[in-house]
Amino acid sequence: MKLPPYAELLGLSIEACGDSPPVLVMPFVADVVGRPGFVHGGAIGGLLEMAAIAALYHALGDDGGDRDGVRVKPVNITVDYMRGGREKPTRARGSVIRLGTRIANVEARAWQEEADRPIAGARMNLLIDRG
Amino acid sequence: MPEAKPVPFDPSALFAMPYAWHGNAIGTRYCAHGPDWCELALPYDARLIGDEASGVIASGPILALMDMACSTAAWLKRGGMVPHATLDLRIDYLRPARPRETVTGRGECYRLTRSIAFVRGHAHDGDDDDPIAHVAGTFMLTGAA
Repeated sequence: MKLPPYAELLGLSIEACGDSPPVLVMPFVADVVGRPGFVHGGAIGGLLEMAAIAALYHALGDDGGDRDGVRVKPVNITVDYMRGGREKPTRARGSVIRLGTRIANVEARAWQEEADRPIAGARMNLLIDRG
Repeated sequence: MPEAKPVPFDPSALFAMPYAWHGNAIGTRYCAHGPDWCELALPYDARLIGDEASGVIASGPILALMDMACSTAAWLKRGGMVPHATLDLRIDYLRPARPRETVTGRGECYRLTRSIAFVRGHAHDGDDDDPIAHVAGTFMLTGAA
């Protein structure tokens, strides 16, 4: 999938993952730093949103939907911050909990070295505009 | 928990720091503050776009803006900077921000306890009565860093 300019600002890249929702990787660079030595909470939130949106597009693709015609709009997001993000790459992956006709409920999780030690998680509701 | 003494600060100077950090990467500007609130602005920038077809900025920069406005509001109510971290942040995106308009975000700290700051706020793109986002969140003291 193609990432928007905001994802470029965060330095995001996509890791290949076969049939699973994509993993987005955010490098530790000055543009995502908050207090010295830590990733900014806003950048972590932005990464989680991008991972959730990427997972939803992935799921819509699996549905055989026409991705060019489908747009998703965030309704809301709740982010839990669990650990500080340190001076290393941060990864995030979304997971579609329910894919409805108009609304999708998506979760996302961000981690650094160990996937089972999340630094942040999010729940997101998105509106699906099928054109 | 070790008590950290709040360090008085000037919010306008905080957002004028010349360093490379996320606040500057997205273009955050200081607007105004009071004893328990802070208002910041995010001028429109093509690098913030989330939907290229419409030119609407992504929701992530608004989340980051509100995180900073609310964090600063919590420090102001506490009487100065203390080591704290966002515990949670919820945002309702009421409508897309209009392309080419500056987004203004106001965060307010409405309750402090020994370890938690409760915050709320909203963002608009020109008309304070027609907000684009509402936010509620908490920050927790992290003790001596």
